[in-house]
Amino acid sequence: MAEQKKDLVLDIKDLVIHYETDDGVVEAVNGIDIQLEHGKTLGLVGETGSGKTTTALSILRLVPDPPGVIKSGSIKLDGKDVLNLPVAELEAIRGNLVSMIFQDPMTSLNPVLTVGEQIAEVIALHENISEKEAQTKAGDMLEVVGIPRERYGEYPHQFSGGMKQRVVIAMALACNPKLLLADEPTTALDVTIQAQVLETMKKLREQYGSAMIMITHDLGIIAEVCDEVSVVYAGQIVEHGTLEDIFESTMHPYTEGLFGSLPNIEERKARLQPITGLMPDPTNLPKGCCFAPRCKYCTENCAKSRPDKKWVSDTHYVRCSRYEEPGFQIERRGQ
Amino acid sequence: MEAAKINGAVQEGGAVKRRGQAGEIWRRLKKNKMAMAGLAVLVLLILVSIFADVLFDYNEIVIKQDTSIRLQGPSGAHWLGTDEFGRDILARLVHGSRVSLSVGVIAVSISLVIGGALGAIAGFYGGKTDNLIMRFIDILLAVPSLLLSITIVSALGPSIFNLMLAIGVSSVPSYARIVRASVLTVKDQEYVEAARCIGANNFEIIVSHIIPNCMAPIIVQVSLKVASAILSTSGLSFLGLGIKAPTPEWGAMLSGGRAYLRNAPHLTLFPGLAIIITILALNLLGDGLRDALDPKLKK
Repeated sequence: MAEQKKDLVLDIKDLVIHYETDDGVVEAVNGIDIQLEHGKTLGLVGETGSGKTTTALSILRLVPDPPGVIKSGSIKLDGKDVLNLPVAELEAIRGNLVSMIFQDPMTSLNPVLTVGEQIAEVIALHENISEKEAQTKAGDMLEVVGIPRERYGEYPHQFSGGMKQRVVIAMALACNPKLLLADEPTTALDVTIQAQVLETMKKLREQYGSAMIMITHDLGIIAEVCDEVSVVYAGQIVEHGTLEDIFESTMHPYTEGLFGSLPNIEERKARLQPITGLMPDPTNLPKGCCFAPRCKYCTENCAKSRPDKKWVSDTHYVRCSRYEEPGFQIERRGQ
Repeated sequence: MEAAKINGAVQEGGAVKRRGQAGEIWRRLKKNKMAMAGLAVLVLLILVSIFADVLFDYNEIVIKQDTSIRLQGPSGAHWLGTDEFGRDILARLVHGSRVSLSVGVIAVSISLVIGGALGAIAGFYGGKTDNLIMRFIDILLAVPSLLLSITIVSALGPSIFNLMLAIGVSSVPSYARIVRASVLTVKDQEYVEAARCIGANNFEIIVSHIIPNCMAPIIVQVSLKVASAILSTSGLSFLGLGIKAPTPEWGAMLSGGRAYLRNAPHLTLFPGLAIIITILALNLLGDGLRDALDPKLKK
């Protein structure tokens, strides 16, 4: 049903990525499906090491290889089969059709090139225009993200963190990509700057009509910018739905745990309820549901087999075998 | 700093502003007195070698022999005295600086281009490519560089170009190693990954992102290696494998004067001093550059 969406900018099917190291096979991504329509924003939430960044890198086919191996699955980016494209075509796509914003603007800008040169580089790589025109356009992009054109010739160390991240955004949007991958774009920034950067991203994304995948730990950011949310745990999407589906009718115990570990503004005395335990070792995932060892609703059945997708509405699915039982509800729903 | 930034922006108005790291490095280098002394000596030397023909006529003074004034000590007419053929030593030193400097610079350029390219490729691609290139470099490194230079010059025959080539090739390994080491530290930086994400290919990444970030150790190495290339030139000339007589060259002058060491020490003293001063100046400058380029010492 919901799989039959039209006009997809990104269509990932059953993606499996392993890192094969000498110390064992790290099962980073285990069958992720993502369908994203043009102009929409998808949030990928999950803990560190749940495979969010690996998924994003695989869309650019930049998973470090070795040790990363894409075992199976398909990635269609605007109709192009990314996994089977020759390198030259991939290079033409990267930065043009799809571009990426990295977590830390302190390290993702080259310290010896001026910010203007770095923006102009993207433009010059993908558009058939003269160096002069690329420079003018780079200056325009700076203004678009709210940095005066006069600062074209300055180096990254002369910018504050928030401004650097805006430069990175300008680079990412310079060629008007159809898909923007934002890998925790605000994690390295403080909260007031986060808000500014998010605002800039939101505004520009609407202006340019790009779709976006927002990778983050922060449910607040998700609520602010996303249309759809996928909750990732141990390389699998355990719950997926629209923003309302996830926030208003939470289904999966893990998603509930994520909400439980947010501070409650109304009731200051309320204690946080952290999810007990740790992520399972990705070199040695449990046979059954990966969340079972930490789940308070866990039954014997849970450890036996990996739960399949269970669609609860056109837009919302969950992977939890407890929903096979009629009448099962997590506590959050009951409240 | 802040005020300067604002002034700069105001002065240049809407034009694209460029206040580079070069300015910053120059400012730090200027604080280092020894390095500036080295630079001053070097600039003087370069000027002297450029205007050598204006200062001393090559045919009339530098190579014209006059045995009536041979082996004279320093005097008003010949400031640094004359050699065994009655030629003015100062004039020969001045013209010799041309050979020494040009051999030094060109030999270093040869080794920089070859060694740098090999090192960058080895460091960037890693794996088999790295192994292949670096083992070849190890073989070169196993042969003492002076011996290698001697072999190359004697095989190809002594000429200025062969001398440059010999000295250049013999210092390829050290450049390859230095460039490879710095490429290794830079290639895993996030901005390299970011460059890949914007669709840059390997060549563009190496040339416009990796090499500029490896410049500091390379610049220092160049300033030190020019000195050792000059020394090697002198050494090879001393052994009779370098520049042919009567072309003045510092090492050859040193070699020619050694028979008269007891009676006329100035024949060897002044060329020796010239070599020492040049190398000292280059080393001081190199040390100063290393400090100026090290971001950890930024104040």
